[in-house]
Parts: sequence; C-alpha cells; structure tokens
Amino acid sequence: MDPFTNSLTMDKPCPQSLLDTGVQGSISRPFDRVDGPKKVSGKATYAAEYDVPDLAYGFLVGSRIGAGRVVSIDADAVRSLPGVIDVVTDFDRFIRVAGQGGETEAPTQGVKTITSRGEIIAIVVAETYEAARDAALQLPVNYEREGGAFDFAAHRNEANAPPDGVTPAHASQGDIEKAMAEADVSIDVTYVTPSQNSAAMEPHASIAVWEQDGSLTLYGAYQMPTSDASQLADALGLPSEKVRIISRYIGGGFGSKLGIAPESVAAAIAAKQIGRPVKAVMARQQVFEATVRRSNTEQRLRLAATADGTLTAIGHESLVSNQPGEDFFEPVGIGTHMIYAAENRLITHEQVPLNFVLSGSMRAPGEAVGMVGLECAMDELAEQLGMDPIELRRINDTSIDPEKGVPFSSRCLTGALDEGARRFGWDRRQAPASRRDGEWWIGMGMASSVRGNMLMESSAKVEIHPDGSATVSSAMTDIGTGSYTILAQIASEILGIPVWQISLSLGDTNDPPAAGSGGSWGAGSSGSAVYLACETLREKLATAMGVETSALTLKDGQAIAANRSQPIGELVGEGIAAVGKIKPGKQEEETTQASFGAHFAEVAVNSVTGEVRVRRMLGVFAAGRVLNAKTARSQCLGGMTFGIGTALTEELVHDRRDGKLVNRDLAEYHIPVNADVPQLDVHFLRERDIHANPIHAKGIGELGISGAAPAIANAIYNACGIRVRDFPITLDKLLAKLPDPN
Amino acid sequence: MKTFDYRKALTPEAAVETFDGETARFIAGGTNLLDLMKLQVETPDKLVDISRLDLASIDEREDGGLTIGALVPNADLAADPRVIDRYEVLSRALLAGASGQLRNKASTGGNLLQRTRCYYFYDTGSRCNKRTPGSGCDAIGGANRILAVLGTSEHCIATHPSDMAVAMRALDATVLTLKRDGDRRRISIHDFYRLPGDTPHIETVLDTGELITHIELPKPPSGRQAYRKVRDRASYAFALVSVGAVIHIQERRIARAAFAFGGLAPMPWRSQAVELALIGKAPTRDTFEAAADALLAEAKGFGGNDFKIPLARRTLIATLRDLTEH
Repeated sequence: MDPFTNSLTMDKPCPQSLLDTGVQGSISRPFDRVDGPKKVSGKATYAAEYDVPDLAYGFLVGSRIGAGRVVSIDADAVRSLPGVIDVVTDFDRFIRVAGQGGETEAPTQGVKTITSRGEIIAIVVAETYEAARDAALQLPVNYEREGGAFDFAAHRNEANAPPDGVTPAHASQGDIEKAMAEADVSIDVTYVTPSQNSAAMEPHASIAVWEQDGSLTLYGAYQMPTSDASQLADALGLPSEKVRIISRYIGGGFGSKLGIAPESVAAAIAAKQIGRPVKAVMARQQVFEATVRRSNTEQRLRLAATADGTLTAIGHESLVSNQPGEDFFEPVGIGTHMIYAAENRLITHEQVPLNFVLSGSMRAPGEAVGMVGLECAMDELAEQLGMDPIELRRINDTSIDPEKGVPFSSRCLTGALDEGARRFGWDRRQAPASRRDGEWWIGMGMASSVRGNMLMESSAKVEIHPDGSATVSSAMTDIGTGSYTILAQIASEILGIPVWQISLSLGDTNDPPAAGSGGSWGAGSSGSAVYLACETLREKLATAMGVETSALTLKDGQAIAANRSQPIGELVGEGIAAVGKIKPGKQEEETTQASFGAHFAEVAVNSVTGEVRVRRMLGVFAAGRVLNAKTARSQCLGGMTFGIGTALTEELVHDRRDGKLVNRDLAEYHIPVNADVPQLDVHFLRERDIHANPIHAKGIGELGISGAAPAIANAIYNACGIRVRDFPITLDKLLAKLPDPN
Repeated sequence: MKTFDYRKALTPEAAVETFDGETARFIAGGTNLLDLMKLQVETPDKLVDISRLDLASIDEREDGGLTIGALVPNADLAADPRVIDRYEVLSRALLAGASGQLRNKASTGGNLLQRTRCYYFYDTGSRCNKRTPGSGCDAIGGANRILAVLGTSEHCIATHPSDMAVAMRALDATVLTLKRDGDRRRISIHDFYRLPGDTPHIETVLDTGELITHIELPKPPSGRQAYRKVRDRASYAFALVSVGAVIHIQERRIARAAFAFGGLAPMPWRSQAVELALIGKAPTRDTFEAAADALLAEAKGFGGNDFKIPLARRTLIATLRDLTEH
C-alpha cells in the first residue's frame, strides 16, 4: 500500500503541538542515545567500514604547489610497484574544491589547474592501503608554478564584494558616520580571527561501488546526503537518481561534510576505471588541505552610544578570504543584523582572493567568529560607558528585528542574561586586574549568544507494523548529534509506542529526501517531517478505532478511546505508513527566527607566562522545545568546547611564501583537550516557538559556540587588563603586555 | 608506507646483530617512528623490534641510584614510587609529555630519540636539512613560532621535543649502550646529543646500530626539584619553554644548581653559565636575573619565535623563585 502523505508549508504559526498533548512521556526526556550501544561496541558502520567484496584501496595524491598547473603525472613510475593496480586521474572531472552545503551542482571541477596546495590531482589504487600510500607518496608529478596569493595582509587591498550569501554582502541603514560623530561614547576597533579547520574525528572517506545497472552506490561521510547525491551525480555526469549515498553514521562533520569532498569523485572514477569497488580515506593531512576551512576574518567594529548606553550605531565591516572565483564568504555579520537595536547600521563583507583551501561552512558559520568581534567590542563599549556589560546588552535588547521591522518568533536574550548572571555569580566580578590566586590573575567575562534558526525542506516516512513496532526512515543524518534518538522520541510521543520499539533508517538516499544535518536545522526540519507522518498515522488509528482523533489516546502500544483499549499493532492490518513533508513558508518572512542565549566564563591568566586556563563556563540558552535534555546539553557542551578552541588555541598556520598549511595534523592544530575544558554548565530556559515548526523547537548545537569565545576573551581582559584583538589569544600575545611578575 | 623487513629480537645482542644496513631502525613503542614512516619522513628498509627485550625493569643500585631499562614505558617510569620520591623532576617531566595513551606505549630509550616536531621536517614537500641533508631549511623565514632560539645553525632551527630528556639532563643521567661489535658504552647525557651545525640529520653520538639498553640515574641529588612546562594548551602539546630544575640551598646560599631547558634548542639544553651565575650566590632577584642573562646571552629569535626569549627568562626566574621560597 502506498503511504499516506502529510505536507505542511510553514505559512502560519502552529500553536498546537501533539508533543504537548501526547502522554507517552518520551519527549524532552534525557534518553541515552539509541545508537550508543552500537557505537561503543564497534557495530556502527562509518563510511570506510563497509565490508565490500573485491575492494581496492585508493590513496589520494595532493598537489605540492600552491598555484599553477599540472604538466604531467608519471604514472608508469609507480604502476609496477608491488600491489599497485593503477594510477587514476581525470583532469576534467576530478573536483578542484569541496562542495558547499546544499548545492545540487558539482563544485568547481578540473585539476589541471592548481589553486591551492593539497588539491587532489590523482588517486593511486592498490591491493592494500599501504601499497597505495607508498605509491602515492612516490608518484612523480611535474608542475608549472604560477604566482599565487598566499599572504592575506599583502592582498587585503584586492578585496571585493562577493555575491550575497545567507546574509547580504553589503547592508546599511541610516548614517553610521554621522552617528559616530555625534555619539557620547564610541568604539572603533579591529578584531582578527584566523583560518580554522572543523577537525572532525572521522576523516572524509568514500567507498564507491558501481552496480550492474550503471548506477553508483557510495558509502560516504556526509551531513546532507540528498543534495550531495546531486553534487556527485553532476560531477560524474550522471542523473541524480543514478547515485545512492549511504551515510548511516558520521564521525562529526562541523560543516566540513556538508558538501562532497574530492575523495568521493576520485573513488567513483577509479572504481569505474578498474572495474572494482574502491575505498578512499583521506589522510588527516589531506582533510586539512583538501576539504574546507573557515575563513580568517578581519573585522572592523564601530559602536556608537548615548551616555545611558543606548546604541545609536553598529558597524561591522569584515574582510574574509576565499579562492578566486568562489562565491561563499564567511557570513561574519549574520548575527549582528539581529541581536541589538540601533538606528544606524552598516554590515559588510569583502572577499580577499587567496590560494588557500576553499572556505566553507564550519561550526556556526558567521556567528562563531562574528560574535567574537561584536561581543568583545560591546565589552569595550561597556567599559567606556562605565556600565555593567550585561546592562548594556539588556538596554539594547529588542523584540522587533531592527532591520526587517518584524517581530522575533521567540526571543529570550534578557532572560538568558539575567538567569546566567544569577547562576554564575556575576555580582562577584571585580574590576580588571584586581583578583589574584597565587601566580594567576582571575577574571570573569560574558557575551550574548545568537544563532539564526532555519527550517529546511525535509521528509520522512513512518511505518507502524502489525507487531506494534514502528520504523522511521529518512535521508536525514546523525552526525553524532542525536538525530536517531530525538526522531524516535518524537514518533514515540505521538504514536504512543515505546522508544525501544522504534527502529530507524537514516542516511540513505533511497529513503525519503531530507536536508540532513547542518546549520542546526536538522532537529527542527526532520523532526517536523516525522511529526507530520505520525500525525497522519494517528488519524488513521483513530479511524480504525472508530473515534474522533481528539478522542484517541496512544500510550505504551495501546490505542485507548471510548472505554476501549486495543494494541496498536492490531489496528494497522498488514501495516500502515505515512510520509511527512515540511517546507519553509511565510513564517520566515513574517518573523525573524533565532535562538538566543548568554555565555559566562571565568578564566585564569598566568602572570608569569601568559598561559590562559578556563576555570568554569556557563551557557544559558533558549532554543524552543528541548527534544532530549541530554543530547541538547551535549550539543551545547561541544559548542562551548570549540568556543574555548576559538578563543585560545585553534589556528591554521600558513607559510606566507607558498601557501603551505604547516600545522595540518591534530598534534599541531590545537583543539581543546580534556585538560583545557573545565566544568561546563548548561541551562535551558523554557521556551516554545510556534512560528518555527510544529514541534516548536529551534536549532541548538551552534548556539553553544556562538558567543563562547568572546566570553572567554572578555574574561581574560577582566583578569589581567589586557585586550587582545588578535585570535586565538595565545600566550605570546599577552606576554608582551604583562607586567613584570617578580 | 614503504615495504620493509621486520625482525623481532629477543636479546640485545641479537638486536644489534640483526641491525645490518644503514637504514634499519629499532622500534619499541613506535609512537614517533610509525608516524614518520607513514609520511615517508623515515623510510627504513628494516625494523628490528626490540619491544620484547628484557629491559623493562627499574633497579636500585648500591650507590643509591637507579638503572632504568630502555623499554620501561614512560607511564611506568613516571609512576614508580622511587622516581616520584627521589627524582621528582623526572616524574613531573614525563607526566607533562604527550598523553596517557602515548605514555603507556612510549619507551624510555625511544623518548630520548624522538625526532623534532618542526613542521617542515614532517612535510616531505618542504626543504629540510634534517630530513634530506643539503636540501635547505624552509623553517628559517617560514612559520617558526615553535622552533629554537639557542644552539641553532644556519642549516637547522629545530627543537628537540622531549620533556623526559630535559629532566635527564638536569639529573646528570648516563646512557648505556650496546654496539654492534659487542662493545658496551657509557655516555653521559651531556655528551649524548649533537648540535645541528652543518649536519642536522645527525642528532646523537650513537653509532649506526648502537642500542640504548639502560639509563642510569646517579644517586638522588639533594635539594628541591621542579619541572615547569609552558605550552599552548593544558595537555598534549609540546613545550614552548620548559625548565627542569634541581637546586640545593645551604646556609642561604645556592650550593648546587642543575638547570635544563626544553623548547629552546635542538637538544635538551643545559647551560653551565646559568649554574655558575647561581652557585655560591644568595637566592635573590639579582641572582635570578643574572642566571637568565647567562641562559639567553646568545639567544636568537627567527621572528615567530622571538617571544620564547622573554618567556624563557620569566619562566626561569619564576621557577627559581618558587624553589627558593619557603
């Protein structure tokens, strides 16, 4: 039987939610991950772990020059090495850069032209991984070097405006120059953040299997399989329906797996050429050199205020970088558009062309680094005003989008600030450089948090079986965030079927299409698709019971109505299925949707060495309904941890002479380790967002990072009285200004 | 990884005998060598696995010192009650290095022979005199924030990454070896390492195929000990600057001082000048300043690592202050 369909376009608010009327008690509870046992017992299959017969192993070959052309590849020099099957390249179809999230066309193709060091130009295929790697490292390649742009400072004058992205490249209202001139107090400062890498634990990997009908099955590590299948098909010259992507488990994405990466196309072309399935796993160095980076930023912040702290102008002008011809720009000012009221506004982005690896989305693109500039500048302004930094933010909170003039769908910024201040003990904060603990200066800082909420077109199928169990299937993914668990909880709550009786099939493009995971949209989008499917199934169960839907109670596998109780499985014949489809609609224009919060940090700065250690952090967040208290908290802990990285340690270091990325492994690209992460506390404010989606939830994961780094930076200033505007705040930048400790 | 021959040795004698050819390597924990082989920075033709040799014990000698087998894991050495009690600087240095997993696997002998973490050494697409003699040094003029300010040459500015070896220098350890011809040598840790000069690929005085069998610690020094490591994150990062210190105060004068430094030089650094500036003096701020001046008189930064010079000064003075305060 064909499944029923239930479609919803979010043109109107959804004031009622079945998640509030369900009685199963599954929603919001801190369930352990349903996929947890599989993961800890090694049974969860990641992209490189599928047992495919007759598999050959590929190792990618990266360019050793930063700009120029490949003249020739001497494949014969390595073909005869033991175990080597072939050296495969396709100068036209290999992708030069990774794909951006959500694109359905192939990223830039053609690898005769080298636009960054590490660009994937060939793949060596062998009977073993070791043989492939040996040959790949020995493969002679002749290049013709051309001058490239490898030094941001030297090329910053070549910046130009990119096309609009998720945020406009240029936006202004009022007259910022005049407001600055007339301000009682103003700030004009420049903050700099470096290029960063997502540093997901699982490297990018693909196993390409050509089926007899000429279609391709690709086991890959993807956040968005539905659109990635289109990207991959386009790169290979196939119709989309001829590509099936399977990504059941993903070892972290953080944006780097939104689009396809070069190993997928290389594996597919090699598999076709040798007539065998090919596995290609990126070496860690290749993940750094050939996927995506977050762009470095240079942010000029101008803030103007009256003496009472009312902002009259906000200027946030950013320089970012990407390869010449690539449109994506780090949307630095995206949070600045909506967080504070101010009549005069100027938010711009200019792109500096550089021959570094592609810039793309990474961990809250925009807010994660944009809030660094804005929230540190706010701290500077508060000090100039002689005002508590929380009070400054409270004064400039707004219920109306200051640029679009529409209301926020829900917004608890002041609530988060106040609750955080109380829980953190903000009243114990002292003047800069006045609190000591032995050798250490101690300080507190805070920052607001904002992250735009997105609803993405998604669908999911839910099926109830005669034995009373249910199956949820969708091309949605779980990138370590908890999708499996929350989708099971939503279905469980509405259908009255215990979570353990719900099985899930995710990450397979043969299942109903979905937007996958990214931009913190996964739970709201796919969760709504599951909701809609379950809504229809609930109606069908009511019909089978012969009662109105409103009279039906579903709990513990039983349908209860009119003093009768019957097992749900007995009501579905041979089984019933429904597909739910959600689409964004007018609610996006009629309201501005975002999650809000506040970060608090206490740090210690060593007076001798300038070392910074975070002592404790608190994040208070309002993100609509919390679907699972444990996975939501874990998401925020992760975001805050990467906030520590942004503030203190993470930086891609390029050699300015040739664009070489020198710290391309996890020993030298410093993400925070356990010892860097102290007690982190997360608190959620109760909130429901009826404009966002029928489950009333907004994005959570990226809210945890947005604002975390500036809270730490502001705490450093409070600790030792030194304002570092060049991130990360490594000890050498503090050392020069630290007073003699002895 | 290049194909290589693998042999397992069960005795030190068999190990050195099996080690034939210039490009063989001994392998114990493999925590550094295997990474380098995967990247083809090291391309041995043969690995002689010494991990099963009976060299994993820590024994007390009659003179009050310890003899440490070359295969004692770093974790075990750090946790040995005698080491914690009598050689605190060594235990602390070990625990400041790497991560718990690596310390479980890494051996005492292998730790001494870690290769530099210079970015350009690790990248076979870069010029590096240590990796490929005569090819040049891309670190000079490149990204050198983590590199050396003392003991460098125009051919190499790499640092030695070991924490343990810094403590070994502060403790005047002796390296015991077995040579291929059956001779045994005792090499003072102070003579063990070589500065880069124009042969940065030669890092120690070990002959080809010479096996470290033990490290001897002399009887515990009197006085106080400390290891202070300054790094970019709280764990799992190499030292920007580290100080291994032993100091003994008698009648308000510094009677004995042994100071070794990590993160500053191509070898764990020990400076006699520092100790001369301290011994016989009262532990005052002026004395400490003089010691720092002595340490850094010849220091030379390469741009990115200039900060290491003031950082070393501040760290040394603070360590001295801590050790001489009551």
